[in-house]
Amino acid sequence: MISQFFVLSQRGDHIVFRDYRGEVPKGSAEIFFRKVKFWNDDEAEEAPPVFNVDGVNYIHVKVAGLFFVVTTMVNVSPSLLLELLQRIARVTKDYLGVLNEDSLRKNFILVYELLDEVIDFGYPQTTSTEVLKSYIFNEPIMVDAGRLPPLGPAAMFMQGTKRMPGTAVTKSVVATEPGGKKREEIFVDIIERISVTFSSSGYILTSEIDGTIQMKSYLTGNPEIRLALNEDLSIGRTGSSTFDYRSSSGGGAVILDDCNFHESVQLDSFDIDRTLHLIPPDGEFAVMNYRITQEFKPPFHVTALIEEAGPSRAEVLLKIRADFSANVTANTIIVQMPVPSYTMRASFELEAGAIGQTTDFKEGSRRLEWSLKKIVGGSEHTLRAKLTFSQESHGNLTKEAGPVNMNFTIPMYNTSKLQVRYLQIAKKSKAYNPYRWVRYVTQANSYVARL
Amino acid sequence: MAPTVPSPAKSASPSQPSGKSEVADLKQQLRHLAGSRAPDADDQRRDVFKRVISCMTAGIDVSAAFGEMVLCSATSDVVLKKMCYLYVGVHARNHPDLALLTINFLQRDCRDQDPTIRGLALRSLCSLRVPNLVEYLVTPLATGLKDPNVYVRMIAAVGAAKLYHISATACLDADLPAALKALMLSDPDAQVVANCLHALQEIWTLEASNSEAAAREIETLYSKPVVFYFLNKIKEFSEWAQCLVLELASKFLPSDNNEIFDIMNLLEDRLQHANGAVVLATIKVFLHLTMSMTDVHQQVYERIKAPLLTLVGAGSPEQSYSVLCHLHLLVMRAPMLFSSDYKSFYCQFSDPSYVKKLKLEMLTAIANESNTYEIVTELCEYAGNVDVPIARESIRAVGKIALQQYDVNAIVDRLLQFLEMDKDYVTAETLVLVKDLLRKYPQWSHDCIAVVGNISSKNIQEPKGKAALIWMLGEYSQDMHDAPYILESLVENWEEEHSPEVRLHLLTAVMKCFFKRPPETQMALGATLAAGLSDTHQDVHDRALFYYRLLQYDPAVAECVVNPPKQAVSVFADTQSTEIKDRIFDEFNSLTVVYQKPSYMFTDKEHRGPFEYSEDLTNLTVGAEATENVISAQRYQENDNDLLLSTSDKEDNGTATNNGSSASSYNAPSDLIGPPLLSSQTPSETLLINPGGPTNSLQSNFSLDDLLGLGAPEAPAAPPAPALTLNSKPVLDPGTFQKKWGQLALSLSQECSLSLQGAASLMNPQSLIRHMQSNFIQCIASGGQPPNYKFFFYAQKDGATVFFLVECIINTASAKAQVKIKADDGTAADAFSALFQSALSKFGLS
Repeated sequence: MISQFFVLSQRGDHIVFRDYRGEVPKGSAEIFFRKVKFWNDDEAEEAPPVFNVDGVNYIHVKVAGLFFVVTTMVNVSPSLLLELLQRIARVTKDYLGVLNEDSLRKNFILVYELLDEVIDFGYPQTTSTEVLKSYIFNEPIMVDAGRLPPLGPAAMFMQGTKRMPGTAVTKSVVATEPGGKKREEIFVDIIERISVTFSSSGYILTSEIDGTIQMKSYLTGNPEIRLALNEDLSIGRTGSSTFDYRSSSGGGAVILDDCNFHESVQLDSFDIDRTLHLIPPDGEFAVMNYRITQEFKPPFHVTALIEEAGPSRAEVLLKIRADFSANVTANTIIVQMPVPSYTMRASFELEAGAIGQTTDFKEGSRRLEWSLKKIVGGSEHTLRAKLTFSQESHGNLTKEAGPVNMNFTIPMYNTSKLQVRYLQIAKKSKAYNPYRWVRYVTQANSYVARL
Repeated sequence: MAPTVPSPAKSASPSQPSGKSEVADLKQQLRHLAGSRAPDADDQRRDVFKRVISCMTAGIDVSAAFGEMVLCSATSDVVLKKMCYLYVGVHARNHPDLALLTINFLQRDCRDQDPTIRGLALRSLCSLRVPNLVEYLVTPLATGLKDPNVYVRMIAAVGAAKLYHISATACLDADLPAALKALMLSDPDAQVVANCLHALQEIWTLEASNSEAAAREIETLYSKPVVFYFLNKIKEFSEWAQCLVLELASKFLPSDNNEIFDIMNLLEDRLQHANGAVVLATIKVFLHLTMSMTDVHQQVYERIKAPLLTLVGAGSPEQSYSVLCHLHLLVMRAPMLFSSDYKSFYCQFSDPSYVKKLKLEMLTAIANESNTYEIVTELCEYAGNVDVPIARESIRAVGKIALQQYDVNAIVDRLLQFLEMDKDYVTAETLVLVKDLLRKYPQWSHDCIAVVGNISSKNIQEPKGKAALIWMLGEYSQDMHDAPYILESLVENWEEEHSPEVRLHLLTAVMKCFFKRPPETQMALGATLAAGLSDTHQDVHDRALFYYRLLQYDPAVAECVVNPPKQAVSVFADTQSTEIKDRIFDEFNSLTVVYQKPSYMFTDKEHRGPFEYSEDLTNLTVGAEATENVISAQRYQENDNDLLLSTSDKEDNGTATNNGSSASSYNAPSDLIGPPLLSSQTPSETLLINPGGPTNSLQSNFSLDDLLGLGAPEAPAAPPAPALTLNSKPVLDPGTFQKKWGQLALSLSQECSLSLQGAASLMNPQSLIRHMQSNFIQCIASGGQPPNYKFFFYAQKDGATVFFLVECIINTASAKAQVKIKADDGTAADAFSALFQSALSKFGLS
């Protein structure tokens, strides 16, 4: 039973505030905001998504730099509320096309309208964009995604690191386009977030893929869709350890440890031909989530070295090799490396002819940062840095520095080899031929090389 | 399209002076628009309404415009209507008289042609929360429940619950619950059904405390026909309603194993749902259904592992956090089953610290022979982490694993390597661990001392670490060459030492050192005692004085006190009792799991959740019917917020005063608490003169021993009696019971069965209480509704002060009882258990 729902900006302004049961004392939004802002201030920890202040439970998620919060007095399921918050954000995005502070502020009346139907007296009703359509009377006021001012450098941080890559689709599911006619199209995105840890000697210690097949349909009349995956796809790994690499290396088959599906998915023939049948609801949703711990070839090989070079000096060498084909390009690559706390200065030496690369020494957090606009498959890049310390280093430098962490996005590349063999849309007429977009993207979730 | 909207940002801050004039301006405009028939009047109204709601959102008080808003509300524009309803819903409570103005148009809208308008109006009507308008609500609600349109019925069902909150009598008098129930079991639309269930749960749960009929109605919700009716159509429900149904199913008590397997087969595919809430709710059903079948229960753990791990990987960090909390709970319960999945719990670079903490605890719990090496290697990587709190936690985790006895050798080596890292917080944490390790494994002292001796106390700032180092210096001063001199230099800086904890340790360490190496320490000892005696901290001063007098009295005795032969500590105390852990597990898939404490610790009784049956200890009633002593019981409640007596229902005590046998209060039976004059005394005074007295002195013993670093003394052993006879009139007051229950260790826990007749005749707690009384076993508190009852009993050994305390949970459906026994004298627990069980099994036969 939800008592209140509210959305706060990064500065703590109310953007939307709805009280469903009138049982939480006044000022809850302020209490929440103060608590989150000053959570364990000296240790700089982040507030957990669920906490209790004076008997009121506050549950929140951060989406697009905004706090989506519910309060409750009851001992309810935290997962239910967190899923619901995420879903409210998604439904709002379906309606507004773009979800950010600006679009929410412009459309707050529509959001109130949605909230009235999504939750009644604290009980979740429906979060289906499609069902909601018939109850929503406000027209969304569109915000131009291209000319949006960025939310400031803090925005990236606020969004959480596990954020999905923005689907390029930023048009509302409900709004009619300027041309008047709605374009028939469907987007299927295969998004894989990979986690790899390399040991100091370059071996892979752990590796995991968390994948999602995400769909966003703009098809009218809800036609049935068949989505065919690799025929040799298998689910559930045998053997005692889920991290047993011996069984899988070399073979071409994709083995999922486990997966789950959206409720619209019919799995009747999935066991036979690995085909998912579904009637996609309007809006964006995850058709399927999967997890793979089978060994895979990491897209980047990272090596990092730190060596003493004199009494209070050290040299750092970072090397990245892109182990994928030359027609694929990774972008927005950031490599970070913590250095000893007594580092005063760092001077960098980029490779000859480096383009689109920047380096920085973040004094506050004592880390080196190396950004590359893009990396073409097959290429190799190195960075040398000279560190100057304020004191003589003692003992083992490798224990004082690292590990190296890398962030990147590789469009049109998927690590697991999971493929959409075909995407079939039940035809209404011969002329009906909607646009189909199948896109792959791989992102780093936790890509770490130890020293 | 509406013209440009004034940016709410401009009026967002309530502190802006524009607030008041803004409202006045809005009022003005509204008044102007009220009668306007201009073609664009609706557009203008939309504009002004938007500004009003924008102000309202920002926290500006716009209630002054209430009258004007209502005047403007007569419109056919749905968007306008909705904004107006929203406004009215927020402000009606503060303007009950003006709210009456809205009733007319809302009632009219309730009869509109368009079902959407009917629904909206009905929802707003019920959301006004104005008690004196209740009369206008009942008819539209009753009609709404029968409306041909789904949307209206959906809203009406929830509306019934809203009405109950405004006026319970109005809701009950109109017989709405009966209508809801009928609708729940017959409506073709799943969301209507779900809303009926929501409303009924809420109404009946609140009503149950004063009506037996309502309690019975709740029972019917858990009954087989209802639960199976819901389960069979589970796929028709929205994912949120599925969670509701699953929660209901998790409280269902199946009569045989076939039913259990039927339900599990039916719900198997819910584990593949992309919504984590559905998966967790399903898991709760599986776990609760299989509690009595150990093998299957274990299989369930195996089955749910993969889906849970997938959920952790999918979704936002917040969603994974909640799932991870539940995994954490399961890992803590059955670490063995997760020992091969340890890599899933390695911290990832992107994990927020609250996630990392959970993972570290899980890694600690699942460490065993096969994986300790790898887990510890991983943890050591974190120790150098830039994230200092996590680095600390990692070091602690390594220490905890060492205390679990796996691969101690290698771990000690690594801990000692930490000391070489020369980071102050790493050193401090490590010292604390080395100290604990030495207490458990004195055999490692040689290796550790060599390294610890090299650490300069000046480099350690943190009190905990410093205290640990000083403890080691005192304890192993014979092996550490420099110990007396290091201690001496520490004493010289006594004034600068801010932590009393460190000063206390220093006192004791110097004493220990003195007895081991007198000539070298004598000077330091004098200085220490002098410094201690003039210390402003009471404890430090007292301990110094105590040592001083002890030395004066007899140095040999002093040595016995300070340096007794020590036994290795085998087990460090667990922080959470098994009872609390079990309760947390019972409340799976709730906030309890995230907070890691049972709901009674963070919510008040009314808010524990829709399905909290009165397992709830606050609902316990006491065996005998008495009224005189209620006051004293209340006093206890005010003073104790322990497990047994919760503080949360003082209002219930009000009713209890009028009616001692009221079903929802706690009160004490007259023959349990001495003469009435006691009732006016403060609890602590009562404690001193009641037979529970020994617990008090026992407690002070403990603290003294702690102070001196002694092990716990052996409990005074009573000679085991061959046959146990019970005192026919034992006296134990609730406060002492509670204290004892909290202090004593569990002597025995087992399941036993009731006779079928007994189970059948247990319609209310009283019958069993009388039966047990005839066997000299007294009830101190009881509660529950069929089929689950919970009792607390006690008995006293004849002619001795030994008490036996019993917690007994009976399920009449299975005729089984879970019995937990605690005893002052553990050796007699078995004999008592036999006696108790025989008494219990005879229930219903005589």
